[in-house]
Amino acid sequence: MTVKLPIFEKIVEDIREELENFPNAFPPRRTAAPDPAKQRAGLQDGQPVMGFLTDATLCIGCKACEVACKQWNQLPADGNNFTGNSYDNTGHLSETTWRHVAFKEKIGGAIGDMMGAGPTAGSWLMLSDVCKHCEDAPCLKSCPTGSLVYNPFGDVYVQPDICNGCGYCISACPFGVLGRSEEDGHAKKCTLCFDRQADAHVPACAKSCPTESIKFGPVEELRAYAEKRVAILRERGHTKAYTYGADSVGAYGRLNAFFILEDHPNEYNLPEEPRQPNRGQTTRYMLGSLAALALTGLAAALFSSKSRR
Amino acid sequence: MPGLGASFGRGAATSFQQDLANSDVILIMGSNMAEAHPVGFRWPMRARENGGTIIHVDPRFSRTSACADHYVQIRAGSDIAFLGGIIHQILENDWCFKEYMLAYTNAVTIVAEGFADTEDLNGIFSGYQEKKREYEAGKGHWAYEDSTASKEKVEGASGPPDQGPGGVGKAGAGGREESEASHGMHGPALMGGASHHHSKRSETTDAPSGNIPSDPTLQHPRCVYQLLKKHYARYTPKAVAEICGCTPEQVVKVARLLAENSGRERTGAVVYAVGWTQHTTGVQMIRAAGIIQMLLGNIGRPGGGIMAMRGHCSIQGSTDIPTLYDLLPGYLTQPSAEKTHETLDGYCTYEGLPTGYWSNYKKFVVSLLKAWYGDAATKKNDFHFDWLPRLDGDYSQLPFFKQMAEGKVEGYMIFGQNPAQGGPNAGLHRAGLRKLKWLVVADWFETETATFWKNDPKGPQPEEIDTEVFMIPAAGIAEKEGSFTNTQRLIQWHDKAIDPPGDCRSDLWFVYNLGKRLKRMYEHSTEEKDAPMKHLTWDYDYDEHPRLPDGSLSRIEGEPDANKVLKEVNGYDLTKADEKTGKQKLLSGFADCKDDGTTSCGCWIYSGVFPEQDRNRAREREPSSDNYTHPNWAYAWPKNRRIMYNRASADPQGKPWSERKKYLWWDEGKKKWTGLDVPDFEPEKEPTYRPKKGAEGMDAIGGADPFIMKPDGKGWIFSPAAKDGPFPVHYEPVESPFRNPLYKQVDNPATRYFEGPLNEICHAPSEEYPVIACTFRLTEHYLSGPMSRFNSWLNELQPEMFAEISPQLAMEKGIEHGEWMVVKSPRGEIEARAMVTRRLRPLVVQGRTVHQIGLPFHWGYAGEVVGSQANDLTSLVADPNVSMHEGKVFVCEVRPGRLPPNMRARATQPVASRPSGGPAPDTAPQAQAEGREQ
Repeated sequence: MTVKLPIFEKIVEDIREELENFPNAFPPRRTAAPDPAKQRAGLQDGQPVMGFLTDATLCIGCKACEVACKQWNQLPADGNNFTGNSYDNTGHLSETTWRHVAFKEKIGGAIGDMMGAGPTAGSWLMLSDVCKHCEDAPCLKSCPTGSLVYNPFGDVYVQPDICNGCGYCISACPFGVLGRSEEDGHAKKCTLCFDRQADAHVPACAKSCPTESIKFGPVEELRAYAEKRVAILRERGHTKAYTYGADSVGAYGRLNAFFILEDHPNEYNLPEEPRQPNRGQTTRYMLGSLAALALTGLAAALFSSKSRR
Repeated sequence: MPGLGASFGRGAATSFQQDLANSDVILIMGSNMAEAHPVGFRWPMRARENGGTIIHVDPRFSRTSACADHYVQIRAGSDIAFLGGIIHQILENDWCFKEYMLAYTNAVTIVAEGFADTEDLNGIFSGYQEKKREYEAGKGHWAYEDSTASKEKVEGASGPPDQGPGGVGKAGAGGREESEASHGMHGPALMGGASHHHSKRSETTDAPSGNIPSDPTLQHPRCVYQLLKKHYARYTPKAVAEICGCTPEQVVKVARLLAENSGRERTGAVVYAVGWTQHTTGVQMIRAAGIIQMLLGNIGRPGGGIMAMRGHCSIQGSTDIPTLYDLLPGYLTQPSAEKTHETLDGYCTYEGLPTGYWSNYKKFVVSLLKAWYGDAATKKNDFHFDWLPRLDGDYSQLPFFKQMAEGKVEGYMIFGQNPAQGGPNAGLHRAGLRKLKWLVVADWFETETATFWKNDPKGPQPEEIDTEVFMIPAAGIAEKEGSFTNTQRLIQWHDKAIDPPGDCRSDLWFVYNLGKRLKRMYEHSTEEKDAPMKHLTWDYDYDEHPRLPDGSLSRIEGEPDANKVLKEVNGYDLTKADEKTGKQKLLSGFADCKDDGTTSCGCWIYSGVFPEQDRNRAREREPSSDNYTHPNWAYAWPKNRRIMYNRASADPQGKPWSERKKYLWWDEGKKKWTGLDVPDFEPEKEPTYRPKKGAEGMDAIGGADPFIMKPDGKGWIFSPAAKDGPFPVHYEPVESPFRNPLYKQVDNPATRYFEGPLNEICHAPSEEYPVIACTFRLTEHYLSGPMSRFNSWLNELQPEMFAEISPQLAMEKGIEHGEWMVVKSPRGEIEARAMVTRRLRPLVVQGRTVHQIGLPFHWGYAGEVVGSQANDLTSLVADPNVSMHEGKVFVCEVRPGRLPPNMRARATQPVASRPSGGPAPDTAPQAQAEGREQ
């Protein structure tokens, strides 16, 4: 057969992607996903989308962002657990931890070898992780109640009074940002200090960062800045410096809280290529329908052949 | 910080942290700045962004190392060897900034023949008194050549009885190092060391610049430059690497980086903290850095200097207006019963100097007495100088606690300190507390010191302890007003936001009301000995009842007006009234102080902080758009100078060394010094001014002599002001697994020991204790923990005591990562979780492999999270200059396992998931802290 149907090609491509992405299969959506473009159209005149740039090359691992976030948002402590995982006793982002500083010791050979061998010859990576406030947020798409929305600053926000605690958003997030609160059962995550922004304040973490590793501002400005900054870093010998999330990663959209890194994303506990779990959903429905049809057909064929006998 | 005082004249950081952003190279050594001073660390980070280079030299690879461009691992306590190696490289390769060095330092000065170096005497200098374990610096041992005296006179008994020409100035506007442990620990050497020798400080300092024999060609064998060269001749990269456990290339590389980034166009800074000070050779480590910075021309210039990072918010303040037993405010000497201090004039002649700024000594003392005794102090009665208590012994913390342990102390009051956890050899400190009759602890929480009688797992049962402990709940920072003086001498005022809850009161309230009650007790006494208490100025009541920021009346009764205290500190002109308010006129600066009783001043160096009745400069917060020193953002003593000795930022003719490093210069048109900062110099003294022979006071300081606190106006590369030698020498720490490969003398010969059953010292290398331990801090906790271990948000970040050890040592001892291990020193044992990390590695020293471990010292037996105390392992020894202990290096042994259950600390506070509780009692809803409104 020589006829090429684009729809089939797409289905084949989607299937391939689905198979690769199998663990991320996610529950069906009940409401229509808000279109990010439409959401942004709802921004007030002149209000740019606000976001974070977190620069790992400036992080000194002081965790001031973690504490400032917990204090401002009155989040409970997670208990006193010594992990032995370098200086990271927090582990990961969760419903009670909206900023998390990751530590990764990468020291090979003798420490003295670091001398003069470039800034990352042996290194102790530190990065303050946070909700990415994705431009095309899967959590928001997965939310059956419409609790997750883009707020007037273009940031992904969980409306606690609407959240029903289903947890779909938790499995939808490719970064493991969300968690469900044990106190009230609602999904919780970074609000990008919605309340502080509303009062024209910088978010607590960015305010407390002593080295300006966390920068807050209109995302477009941050992206322009990051581009220049990476060029400067490379010029200075940080040849591996790059932005993560300033542009779309593979098929994943841009992040409004993005990063400057100087090592592989996996070293910072970030997915090399985040996935939209809802991508290929149409295909999956179609495949499912097709399978159902095929089975029905098969059954019908079997029964009809039997009856003929 | 006598290390700085001995070199430059004032014992305080020479620069300010913001200025680090202008550095082309920053050597961080003896400091874990990124972790201990994360906010200030933004400036080195900015320097890096500006293209500067950060070098970190430390036994441990810390978060600071992670941010540095270059990291060198050295053996704990080998810093002087490393710095000596740098000095050796600078001299060997002629990397000095010659013009600066020749003009502004005593490199050219010729030293008298009486001086003998450690090279001559195998590790000790001339003048060592073996019996007393101290140096007798006088008698020409460490003296400048005398221009007038004959050779015999210099050497002989007719020479100066003490310091020798140019000897000990008021070298150290002092400063004690920050440490929980060190409150009250310091020696008279703060002031330069003279008082140590029980003789007159000024005797022979009448040799101002120009009059001291010198050799600008640097060829004279006894000129300081040649002596320095000889002294460090054996500190070759190879020898240094053998001692430090690094490679020779690293020594050369660091030296080269420093040198390449110094000179006319470029400057470098050195940053240190307690990693240097908490050694028996700490003062000399700082001296060594001072020598490097003088050779490279980095003092008094933007991006240069030596930043001493203080570890408490107001530790600089607590030495300026001292909590120290042997100093009066403003680094004036506490009169002594053992010296010629009977009369005011005697004391002033004895302690003051005829040349340099200390020639004003009497003005400051008289103004202080007027501030304290008011109208009772008159010229006729010598301003009641006789009322000041006289010293008759060493009451610094270490000997004091030892006496306490011997049952010789009755009671003790502690504010904001935690010696039961933070004191060196904390076990001995607790033994001392157990012998007291009474103890008062004012703090936010029941600290280790407040609960030693019931919670110390290593102590006896409560019924066996007779000490009566009074716990005074203290107000928090936002619950009181007052000022901090930070690491860069910046006096910053903070307002009161809310009333303290319940019975909590500010320390100021407590002391003020205690004083009031004591005064009432003495009110009717007619005895002469009670007169000082009766006449003490003690009137800081508010004029009207204070209000909170929201306008409501404060609930607290009897709170004194902290503004009035600062006004008294600033000083008054007692003859005039303020034009605007009609109240007493305030002094505009210490230049107004007089010695005739017409001025009062509580601390002369702070004078100018409150120049008018309604102008508290410490409270000003006005950023400047065109001057990065932000002169109207708070107030830096002295006289709001941000970089001290800033005359040195211009060349001898008064022109900036370069356009790039322009800071202060001579304006020929206006005939005055001008620039970005307040001149640390007489504002109208021409660069060409040369003192006449026999000139006195500031007239004796030439127009090209930037170090005005020194009698000769020079930076002292050779400095007799430290008590353990005019040049820094590598000595092994008191406890070391090694002998000194350079000299026969192993450790600092002037170290003071307090040995006893509670304080065993391992003097010689021992197989029993083969591992080197070093204490350190984490960002997540604050010192001994009273401000952090009661806060869940901080506790979850670092919940348990751990020890950092290398994988090699862990494997050797069978210790597993994350499991328990025991660390044992001659003073005791502690348990910790093992943090096995490649950030630590064994070193090869003198051909032998040695292991180092790192111990954070934040945990104790009080609080929400508890753990063993690193300070149970540290020892009580004292360096000769400031009585500093050696917490940063000692020997130990490690093994897997735990302490017996009865020796483990148990949590005393219930764990709360959020630190902030309910609303503060007795406080208006609008004045509640955020999140406590309901």
